[in-house]
Amino acid sequence: MAPWSVNDQKVPQERLALFSYVSVTFIVLLLVGFWKLQVIQSGHFADLAERNQIRYIPIIAPRGAMLDREGRVLVDSYPSFSILLLRDNPKLVDKNIPQIAEGLGISKDDLQQQLDAAKYEPKFQPVVIKPAASEADIAFVESHRADLPTLELMMVQRRRYPHGQMLANAIGYVGEVSEQQLDQSDGHYRPGDIVGKAGLERQYNDQLEGTDGLRRVVVNSVGRVMRTLDDVEAIPGKPIQLTIDYDLQAVADSYMADKQGSVVAIDGRTGEVLAMVSRPTFDPNDFAVRIPAAEWQQLNADPETPLLNRAIQGQLAPGSIFKIVMATAMLESKALPENFTVYCPGHAEFYGRTFHCWRPAGHGATDLHKAIVDSCDVFFYTVGQRLGIDRIHYYATGLGLGRRTGIDLPGEEPGLIPSEEWVQRVYHHKWYAGETISVAIGQGSVMATPIQIARMIAAVSGGGTLLKPYLLKNLANVTPDHFPLAEDTVEQVTEGMYGVINEGGTGSSLKLQNIDFSGKSGTAQLMSYEAGSKNGKKGKETNGWFVGYAPRRNPEIVVAAVIQGSSEHGGTTAGPVVRDIVKAYYDKKNSHLQQQSTAENTPPISGVAQPLIATVGAGR
Amino acid sequence: MKDRPRSRDFDWVLLAIVGAISAMGVLEIYSSTHASGMAGMQWKQLMWIGIGLAGMFLISRIDYHTLMDHAPFLYMFGVAILLIVLAIGQSRFGAKRWVDLGGGVNLQVSELMKLIIIIVLARYFTDVHTDRLTLADLAKIAVLTGLPVGLILIQPDLGTAMVLVPVAVVGAFLAGIEWKHLTVGFLFLLLMIPVGWNMRHHLKPYQQQRIVTFLHPEQNPRGAGYQILQSEIAVGSGGFWGKGFGKGSQNQLGFVPVRYSDFILAALAEEQGFIGVCLILLLYLGLILRLVDNAQKAKDRAGMYVVMGVTAILGFHVLVNASMVIGYMPVTGIPLPLMSYGGSATAFVFMALGLVMNVRMRRFVN
Repeated sequence: MAPWSVNDQKVPQERLALFSYVSVTFIVLLLVGFWKLQVIQSGHFADLAERNQIRYIPIIAPRGAMLDREGRVLVDSYPSFSILLLRDNPKLVDKNIPQIAEGLGISKDDLQQQLDAAKYEPKFQPVVIKPAASEADIAFVESHRADLPTLELMMVQRRRYPHGQMLANAIGYVGEVSEQQLDQSDGHYRPGDIVGKAGLERQYNDQLEGTDGLRRVVVNSVGRVMRTLDDVEAIPGKPIQLTIDYDLQAVADSYMADKQGSVVAIDGRTGEVLAMVSRPTFDPNDFAVRIPAAEWQQLNADPETPLLNRAIQGQLAPGSIFKIVMATAMLESKALPENFTVYCPGHAEFYGRTFHCWRPAGHGATDLHKAIVDSCDVFFYTVGQRLGIDRIHYYATGLGLGRRTGIDLPGEEPGLIPSEEWVQRVYHHKWYAGETISVAIGQGSVMATPIQIARMIAAVSGGGTLLKPYLLKNLANVTPDHFPLAEDTVEQVTEGMYGVINEGGTGSSLKLQNIDFSGKSGTAQLMSYEAGSKNGKKGKETNGWFVGYAPRRNPEIVVAAVIQGSSEHGGTTAGPVVRDIVKAYYDKKNSHLQQQSTAENTPPISGVAQPLIATVGAGR
Repeated sequence: MKDRPRSRDFDWVLLAIVGAISAMGVLEIYSSTHASGMAGMQWKQLMWIGIGLAGMFLISRIDYHTLMDHAPFLYMFGVAILLIVLAIGQSRFGAKRWVDLGGGVNLQVSELMKLIIIIVLARYFTDVHTDRLTLADLAKIAVLTGLPVGLILIQPDLGTAMVLVPVAVVGAFLAGIEWKHLTVGFLFLLLMIPVGWNMRHHLKPYQQQRIVTFLHPEQNPRGAGYQILQSEIAVGSGGFWGKGFGKGSQNQLGFVPVRYSDFILAALAEEQGFIGVCLILLLYLGLILRLVDNAQKAKDRAGMYVVMGVTAILGFHVLVNASMVIGYMPVTGIPLPLMSYGGSATAFVFMALGLVMNVRMRRFVN
């Protein structure tokens, strides 16, 4: 036997007995405690248990509407019903399931799955089994109140996009709050809350979302509401007015319906976005209820990227549009004389390589004005070589390319203007001088978004005022930047752009009567390997650009359009939509002026003036 | 060794009490979970009871003196494994308490430490050979107990850490603590309450919340105070006769927190009423008195210390858990032995009872 255990001391019987007495005392004390709760105060606690029959039901606040610049409804909310399954009484639920499945047209498996998904939640929380109930569904619930006590209706607010795909990429969409947002919201959101997920819905979520109210109700043993105790009213979200002009948007939309690309129209004086189209697109109504996983996957995986807002996220080679930047740089830097002339034989050699002009026959002797009007490549190759990449970079960046415009939409892309520093940083090699030649005609690694192009043209024709484009009508802090340009520069470059349309240039088919319409075409080859292989297409695909504005100096409206993947010239593919929008803008302006003058002369007849909201909101 | 210990010397009365408590536990687990996503939990609990019985039988076969011979090794093993858990253990509910044994079985190692501390302290108390513990003896006991308590506190698991302390306190009392030391210790504990209150800012936020909740449950009826309040409502609304098996609205609708585990007594109180509570608490009293009886009849002091170590832990569990359910103590996560659902905890209780059987079977052997 181990030495430690040699212990012949007696077991201390008295102390053990004392331990027993203490134990008995404690048990008696506990019993007294239970007696107090269960016998003396039992009535009070039975009351409290009964009060657990009080439930808190959220009253969902409607999200604010989005209106166009004239108050026409682009997005609104409408009350709708969700069908709840009360789970307080599981036996009853099991019994009701077949009838519910049949009556609401939900498969029994589906229903069971939804119940299984919630099986770890406390049973007093009902399950939403049908988020958007039809009238027939509501009738079914109402008529079976007696035999299907486990069904209940809950009023919710749902988002409605009456014009479907129109403006979808700018508007964005809503969806259930994500886990991450839930965690970060510090209790502001509950699971299942609807928040803006993309576009304006996300940008202005704080204004648009209201504050949900709360209703205290008494429920019976099944969980059905017996009566309401009190309400904390919901505070609806605020509506926002956009700078979008529904009429111009409609013109752009109908032209782009079957195309791939983007159109953006801005007010050249303020930066207000008048129209914004990106195609292909999606219907935000699909997101408003609960988008099926398969459909979401499809939208995300679609190689044509319908969720991408090409107007601010489509980074594309601007092609010949970039020549406007080159012309400005040439005149502003004074690196070349104003009357600089190049002889264009249809091609030219730089750094031991032959570069072709788009016109094989050549343009002959070409000065700056002719080079812009006819979009002569050889002229701008030469200018590019003389300026060098860093000067080009300076002026392009000064005119807003290669950096975000700061538009009030999430996810804007900066585009790209290459420079020696950029090549060194990204590719770790020196700038190839030959690359400058491609950059000079907006190819190579130059990338710009349609909104940047529109803004750049507004800046050049407006004397160097760099607008901040925006979509919220009453947005504060939209003071523009300045990149001052000499009067002579502005005059010469805009004369060139006037010639493009009115002097037999590359946009001569787009002439508009009585409108000082100017512009520039661009036809960029899809040279980038990624861009070509991403779409699984190769060969002579081009992006056809056209940017047009009016009047020639200090424009009221600037429209940039790009049609992707056509093999035609930018003036032919993208020109017409730009022209149509500018024409629509002036038609409208003139008719307003006329109306105003008639209104001044004739007294208004009461009852005739209909608010535009009613007419446009109803017909889609 | 003339006679071999025999299984018929098992304490059948003790087993009967244990069986009755376990049965009530399994029934209440069934009632609390049968209509929820956790249906079928009672079968798992029965499986744990089966495993526990096997463990009990195994432990009863190894002479407790042999176990105590290895006490230093067991102690180091226990401390090492606690350190390992802190290093590589799996976090669940924000605390590192678990070791993955593979096959989906996770062992809560602090349960193992409870068994080890019983054996280690029993060995120490036997070894001091005195009926008057000196201050130095008490200091050694404090260090021996304090190390694993500290390690479990870091996990953090305040409940289990606290559970080790009664083994030392009861042991010291039986080994002959001097009244003046006991009085000083008691006064010291009283003094610690305000100090602890001022130190509360060093606690984990959830622990702070629990203390605040305990003192002012009405402050946040939808938050943490909710648990205690709902538990009290369940108990109180049960009344004298109870609402009937499977008919407690607090329990069935999920208002009672973890109603199949820590708050199972609240679930039982609601459905079986004061009558049911009396029955179960008297069964626990019977269990404790029967354990003390075994200690009184132990062959030697070593056996007595082992049995009383087990008694101290089980008694403490019952006292703290039942007090929590009626709002007399804060929520600490101490389950009700033999009733609360839980693998490691149930296995521990049966293995601890195995130690008791071990001592009883050898009371006539020499």
